Amino acid sequence: MKPPYNAPSQPMRTYLDFEKPIAELEGQAEELRQKSHTLESEGQPIDVAEEIARLEGKAATLLSDTYQKLTPWQKTQVARHPARPHFSNYVDHLIEDFTPLAGDRNFANDQAILGGLGRFNGRSVVVIGHEKGSDTQSRVIHNFGMARPEGYRKAVRLMSLAERFDLPVITLVDTAGAYPGIGAEERGQAEAIARSTDVCLRLGVPIISIVIGEGGSGGALALAAANRVFMLEHSIYAVISPEGCASILWPGSDGAKTQDAATAMKITAQDLENLKIIDGIITEPIGGAHRDPDTIMADMGATIERALKELEGKSPEILRQERRAKFLAIGREGLG
Amino acid sequence: MNWLTRVARPKLKGILSKRDTPDNLWHKCRSCGEMVFHRDLVAARNVCPSCDYHMRLSPKERFEAVFDGGEYDEIELPDVAQDPLKFRDEKKYTDKLKTARTKTEQKDAVLVAVGALRGIETVVSVQNFAFMGGSLGMAAGEAIIRGAEEAVARKAPYVVFAAAGGARMQEGILSLMQLPRTTIAVEMVKEAGLPYVVVLTDPTTGGVTASYAMLGDVHIAEPGALIGFAGPRVIEQTIREKLPEGFQRAEYLLDHGMVDMVVHRHDLRDTLARVINLLVKKNTWTVSTGAPVENAASEDGQAGITASDAGNLPARLDAGSTGPAEILPPNKSNTKSQMD
Repeated sequence: MKPPYNAPSQPMRTYLDFEKPIAELEGQAEELRQKSHTLESEGQPIDVAEEIARLEGKAATLLSDTYQKLTPWQKTQVARHPARPHFSNYVDHLIEDFTPLAGDRNFANDQAILGGLGRFNGRSVVVIGHEKGSDTQSRVIHNFGMARPEGYRKAVRLMSLAERFDLPVITLVDTAGAYPGIGAEERGQAEAIARSTDVCLRLGVPIISIVIGEGGSGGALALAAANRVFMLEHSIYAVISPEGCASILWPGSDGAKTQDAATAMKITAQDLENLKIIDGIITEPIGGAHRDPDTIMADMGATIERALKELEGKSPEILRQERRAKFLAIGREGLG
Repeated sequence: MNWLTRVARPKLKGILSKRDTPDNLWHKCRSCGEMVFHRDLVAARNVCPSCDYHMRLSPKERFEAVFDGGEYDEIELPDVAQDPLKFRDEKKYTDKLKTARTKTEQKDAVLVAVGALRGIETVVSVQNFAFMGGSLGMAAGEAIIRGAEEAVARKAPYVVFAAAGGARMQEGILSLMQLPRTTIAVEMVKEAGLPYVVVLTDPTTGGVTASYAMLGDVHIAEPGALIGFAGPRVIEQTIREKLPEGFQRAEYLLDHGMVDMVVHRHDLRDTLARVINLLVKKNTWTVSTGAPVENAASEDGQAGITASDAGNLPARLDAGSTGPAEILPPNKSNTKSQMD
């Protein structure tokens, strides 16, 4: 089902299975353009500008139509799109003087969660987030964004540092989930996640979280028990992956029920806004964040700035109380 | 058809059903296969007499095993939205809930009670694995929070017996949100300066471990309990190799520093009482007779409960240093035996 991984730096665009008709139109336009170039260089120029514009216009309409009514499973695919901007891309665009800090001071430096100091719109901040990697090599280094306990313990360390120096915390969430492995269990994966959630909730400084891709269960939540939680328009946030849910609730269905599970679990940004779990949605460019990274970066920057402005100047006690009240209200209010 | 197949079977079922006998007089131990008489099993608090395998206990059985004289008051739990996602897989979620409620006679997976634990008023929450795998949904989350609030209001220690496969998928993201919500509950108890003790029972996995079950002041595990974040099947599928013997069992977690102790169910009540006594700087450990407090080995089979307990009134943590029971120094030999 998943398309083959393609590094975003490669010129060839990665299309998802439901984007095939768009791929065909964009392919035809591209082919025509190539052909006209060839003919031009051979001294036989032809006027195809109109035809290219027609094809591209058609493709754009189709893209826009498709993305306006993505199913939850299609959104899952977009959220996992290999070319989707990741933590490092956002940090490059939004954070000046980024100074990565490494290690949990106990065991290792888990590269599935990155973090450090930096400057956001002039103010010092701590930034933490899952990094999935963008090509085969970096994906392996970052373990596809699936953290081990050391990743969460590094996050705890950085949040405590933020608290000590009164710096706001920005977290970017993008993980399929915490890594399920022997070593991770041995070193207390569950405790590390619980502790990180606990530290988020007790922070005396503002913390803002944005789900930029996949919000996979406890491994995502550990960085997202925040004063403000936002989701990108085509990101997902769920208690278990659609595949995992399908394999448990429809045993033996062998993947056939994944789409149903994605729909039933209510995992999209729109669902979560309706359920009063998140504070807002950041609209993505048509066709997804990866089609126009600059726009999504700017919009995300504006959202973070607004949220920080609302929270700055509040006392540690108020920040804690509001955060608590917000999470305690979930499910008690607004479910109808 | 021949005479061989035409044999009329004696109507044994008819004869038996006329008598008023339970159909499950004997239980087969899952671990050693031994057939155990049901009364012996109840007396042993569902611990196999031949191999010590700890079978699951219902919340009511837990309360009876933990509180003095088996006496306690259940705390009313708040109602939550039913099936907010209108979830259905092969069955409707509401039907699954109905089945679970009929089977367990509980509204949801967690029950909360207050009672005396060796004289100290204690709030205890118990998760029932028999109710949809003990799964943590909105109702269970509210119950854990309610228990914490009750503990804070009464200035009582809070003990949680955890048992769950994880979060309740049928409640989607709302079940995941119980992780931060129950974490807040734990914070409230800790901020009030009250002990929060977790007893990890078989099995405790998934979101439950990634929240309140791993944030205790003290972690006690029952022998052999499966405890972990990812289930063994998921790990096997991910790493594509067999897991080592004893992986994610209570004893393994003890070796890896995740729990403080692995305690036999028959010693659990006394261990809890001792831990709480020490944390709150009290001593209701031995009763006024000065005789060592009996435990599971007591001959009446009432594991962990003795007649001398029943008369003790609960002591509030905010009460003066002399609790209702006359306090004597702990009996050393008894204390020692609890350490084994």
